[in-house]
Amino acid sequence: MATLEVEGLAKSFGGVRAVQGVSFTVQPGEMLALIGPNGAGKSTCFNMLNGQLRPDAGVVKLLGRPITGLAPRAVWRLGVGRTFQITATFGSMTVLENVQMALLSHQRRLGGLWRPVARMDAAPARALLERLGMAEQAARPCGILAYGDLKRVELAIALANAPKLLLMDEPTAGMAPQERVALMALTAAIARESGIAVLFTEHDMDVVFAHADRILVLDRGALIAEGAPAAVRADPRVREVYLGSGAVTGAH
Amino acid sequence: MENLVLQALSGLASASSLFLVASGLTVIFGVSRVVNFAHGSLYMLGAYLAWTLVTSLPRGHLGFWGGVLGAAVLVGLIGLVVEVLLLRRIYRAPELFQLLATFGVVLIVQDLALLTWGAQDLLGPRAPGLRGSTEILGLRFPLYELFLIGVGPVVLGLLWLLFHRTRWGTLVRAATQDREMVGALGVNQRMLFTSVFFLGSLLAGLGGALQLPRESVNLHMDLSIITEAFVVVVVGGLGSLSGAALAALLIGELHAFGILIVPKITLVLVFLVMAIVLVVRPHGLLGKPEAAARGGQGSAEPLVGPAPAALRWAALAAALLAVAVPPFLGDYGISVLTEMAIFVLFAASLHLIMGPGGMASFGHAAYFGLGAYGAALAAQWLGAPMLAGLAIAPVMAGIFGLVFGFFCVRLSGVYSAMLTLAFAQIAWSVAFQWVEVTGGDNGILGVWPDAWAAPKLVYYYLALGLCLGATLLLRRVIHAPFGYALRAQRDSSLRAEAIGIDAFRIRWLGFGLAAAAAGVAGGLFAYGKGSVFPTYMGIPRSVDALLMVLLGGVQTLSGPIVGALAFTGLQEQLVRLTDLWRLVLGCVIVALVLFFPQGLAGAARARWEASRGDA
Amino acid sequence: MALAAPRIGNAQAAGPIRIGEINSYTAQPAFLQPYRNAWTLAQEQVNAAGGINGRPIETVFRDDAGRPEDAVRLAGELVNAEKVSLLAGGFLSNVGLALGDFANQNKKLFVASEPLTDALVWARGNRYTFRLRASTYMQSAMLVEEAAKLPAKRWATVAPNYEYGQSAVRWFKELLTKARPDVSFVAEQFPALGRIDAGATVQALAAANPEAIFNVTFGADLTNFVRQGSTRGLFERRRVVSLLTGEPEYLDPLGDEAPEDWIVTGYPWDQIDTPAHTPFRDAYRKRWNDYPRLGSVVGYDTVMAIAALLKKAPALETEPLVDAMAGLQFQSVLGPVEFRAIDHQSTMGAFVGRTVLKNGKGAMADWRYADGKDYLPADEVVRTLRPQA
Repeated sequence: MATLEVEGLAKSFGGVRAVQGVSFTVQPGEMLALIGPNGAGKSTCFNMLNGQLRPDAGVVKLLGRPITGLAPRAVWRLGVGRTFQITATFGSMTVLENVQMALLSHQRRLGGLWRPVARMDAAPARALLERLGMAEQAARPCGILAYGDLKRVELAIALANAPKLLLMDEPTAGMAPQERVALMALTAAIARESGIAVLFTEHDMDVVFAHADRILVLDRGALIAEGAPAAVRADPRVREVYLGSGAVTGAH
Repeated sequence: MENLVLQALSGLASASSLFLVASGLTVIFGVSRVVNFAHGSLYMLGAYLAWTLVTSLPRGHLGFWGGVLGAAVLVGLIGLVVEVLLLRRIYRAPELFQLLATFGVVLIVQDLALLTWGAQDLLGPRAPGLRGSTEILGLRFPLYELFLIGVGPVVLGLLWLLFHRTRWGTLVRAATQDREMVGALGVNQRMLFTSVFFLGSLLAGLGGALQLPRESVNLHMDLSIITEAFVVVVVGGLGSLSGAALAALLIGELHAFGILIVPKITLVLVFLVMAIVLVVRPHGLLGKPEAAARGGQGSAEPLVGPAPAALRWAALAAALLAVAVPPFLGDYGISVLTEMAIFVLFAASLHLIMGPGGMASFGHAAYFGLGAYGAALAAQWLGAPMLAGLAIAPVMAGIFGLVFGFFCVRLSGVYSAMLTLAFAQIAWSVAFQWVEVTGGDNGILGVWPDAWAAPKLVYYYLALGLCLGATLLLRRVIHAPFGYALRAQRDSSLRAEAIGIDAFRIRWLGFGLAAAAAGVAGGLFAYGKGSVFPTYMGIPRSVDALLMVLLGGVQTLSGPIVGALAFTGLQEQLVRLTDLWRLVLGCVIVALVLFFPQGLAGAARARWEASRGDA
Repeated sequence: MALAAPRIGNAQAAGPIRIGEINSYTAQPAFLQPYRNAWTLAQEQVNAAGGINGRPIETVFRDDAGRPEDAVRLAGELVNAEKVSLLAGGFLSNVGLALGDFANQNKKLFVASEPLTDALVWARGNRYTFRLRASTYMQSAMLVEEAAKLPAKRWATVAPNYEYGQSAVRWFKELLTKARPDVSFVAEQFPALGRIDAGATVQALAAANPEAIFNVTFGADLTNFVRQGSTRGLFERRRVVSLLTGEPEYLDPLGDEAPEDWIVTGYPWDQIDTPAHTPFRDAYRKRWNDYPRLGSVVGYDTVMAIAALLKKAPALETEPLVDAMAGLQFQSVLGPVEFRAIDHQSTMGAFVGRTVLKNGKGAMADWRYADGKDYLPADEVVRTLRPQA
């Protein structure tokens, strides 16, 4: 069964159709990229998948179960991890505590009033950080972390509830080129290993074509192409959409 | 019918006066985000200065109107000085910290006005040419009130022109919508803030000066106007001039007609209006949601870690002193320490909301008072023994905390804080008005401890044990997952939601917990004093709690404790030392604000961290 | 124990006798500055005349800032740290009640100078609390006597919305209806204390078209009410009966806009030329270069009452003081006054008269001194009002 099924998703803002009739699926272990020029509706699309926006029409199914219109926290509970275009972490907590929060929430232990977080078992959180190469940063406050590191923290947080689906909005924005490749390679490895479906948007076409199994191209709210990287690269409509930007072949 | 028309006109005149004051406040808030408590003091100074000018200038049109305008300009200059000398230096401090500074100014102005103009109310002359009345529908209506009805719209129009037809105005509007953008545009932000303060203060001064032919000039003008002005600003929508005008109109008219039906409504009307408006419209009538704060705005909140060893030893030493010394003190010393213990818990409970919770409360005294009333009512009507009363106190406060909190925690920032104030005032007015049950403003007497706890020392140990225990419990909660969840939703509501945290529920429960803790403090206070009065939930008591938390430092866990001890101790000493204690206390607060912009405990920590960093 | 010293002073150390005084100085300076000035004057006079059998008196003043809970704390300080022999003061009713309850609990004498609430000596009266000033009931009763003589049948009331205003209106209605069963009350207004919306309030009263008005507002509320009322013609062809308005504290700020022909209680300080009052007025003017207000009378007489008490009491301990206070008689500047044993209320009266404009200022005319003892309920009624130990 597909991890994520999207059918006929649509959303308008004040008469402007941001997304119209978008349908696609993501399979377990698959890296699916969602690309398109600025304003194509990528973020709107993304925000409807995890419940931050309520679609006007369409159905979103996770492992066959409709999750359309559920609150983000409910979607998360069903196994959808999320990273943001502009990173969102808890600035007054350390890297380790950030990950611990996700784990505690997953275990529904956030109501605890007595036992200090500091005295709880941090091994699972450490293991996650280890995996993402962030173990040395564990004790540093997120508020002073470099941007690239924050992206990794976000990924660790997103992985904390053993997700079935990972939604990554611009996962490498603001990172140095070598870092981007390393992060996406790591993500792809984790995805395959754990059978996590990954849907990501990305500006950097090198990243997209290097790591995506499949690519969706969105333009003015509608899907205009879908397929393997080579096919999408060759698609004349895609070339037309990106014409002049030169973004299909090179990085920014 | 004629009467109703005149009633409506009377309402318009009040609305117009109210708008003048509120307009200045909303302009200042819109740009600087400073909750300016001193706005009422500027209003009062406007009235006093106008009185001085008008009575010393030659009689006639020039003397009167010149005096009124001169007073407004003088007050504008006073506001400018306050901004340059004080507020400018603390814009970067944690949210609401500026409130502490402006409160210091309020205290200073109160004593200076008393020293300058004396205690007796002053009556200004009537406006030349507008002394008498005119006939409307066969009934008499004062000319000056008609004039005031005209002044409001004229000032609104002039402000509109200023904001829409000048470059300066465009910048002010841009800054109101997005503070950082203006900085990015390369505009001289300092000049902008200073000039806005001048304008806002001038409007306050004008509002006060124009009351001269209408009301007596007196020393209570500052505090009687400030809450209403804030209500108008918030009901209208922060930073919105037309919103303020609309809100002033609404309140003026509701007031004029309300007293026809319920003559006692004045006490609570504005707060009822505010509560209803904010529940229905979380950003006021015409306000817009604040642009989400971006990263990098101010400094990130600090980590919460286990206390360093030095602090632990200091705390232990303080606790030992608190246990060991009192037997050697007299009854009075013991009762002061009892009060300090109670206020430490009161401040710590507010800190839970303000620090980790990231919500402000201007009405925290409600829960202190509800705890006190819970205990007192149980004692009076059920004959409950003291321990039962003390157990009821947090329950009563906690329940109301959950009920009021349900509405308050949905809102953000100053809106949320003002809604807490509205509920607190509603609770206060019930205690004040429901004479049969609560004794009204005469209060409930005879709430003395049971015989075993009657000795002051025994009661002190009881209070110390409960307050210290509850404060440590709150501290423990902050270190526990629930406290982390509170901070999580404060740091990033987006991320919190994305990892399954129900921010509303966490805030709500946090609010209820803080209320219950304040209730414990209130219950202990009731038995300590032997009586309960509506003043326990009045605005001054809420302000005290705010001052303690801000003075100590909202970003540190020991802040509320240090702040409560410092504030209570300072006030207790000063009241005994000098009749001018307000002036001295105000100056001390201003000095502390300038030297310790992160609060006392915050400054201590910064120093400690710096010394460790150097080593 | 039984060896009671015959007189304070002779038998004890020659140090001063300390009085603890608590009042809302920063909250109510207009009334309390003249009060404190007169207190100081009285103390100087008592001490110049040899004090209490050779021992001077001294006062420790404290400011409660209008908060009863602070007043209670300061009372504790005065009693325990400053070792005062008795407490006095109080302006606001709830502060007075809190201090009264403190006195009862801590078995210390409290001489309430100003708080008007009836509860202080009746519903919540206790062994240790005495009050000097004519209460809300007494002053209302004085005005009812005059109001009943008026032809007016349709009455309206306006009073600040707190205990004092509410009780004054309640007593006025009750007593006037008893004296004149034909009157009716057609409107009532209760503006919040200090925050009257005078225009709307005046208009609302006018709309009910009463024949007479009973006013309880004072201070800034009164000023604003009078200004709006006179401009809008509310007081024309209507009689106004008004509590406290004849006191210089409230009449003088009105200047040439003081209302005329209101029936008021007050204090015509410049016209009282009695052997008791004239020396007081002269001494006050000499000492402070200002004329006395009613607050000055209250402050001065509180000290004089305490001095009389100390001269009468056999010892400085609370119980003998309280015993001596019950039934204490002394010469006040308004006339002879007794602290009634039955309810601890003094019989100090008030002046009732009507307001006039004189030299561009408000003044009282046709006034008389209403002795407080004539305006208290019968003893058997008082016993039902006060908890009997």
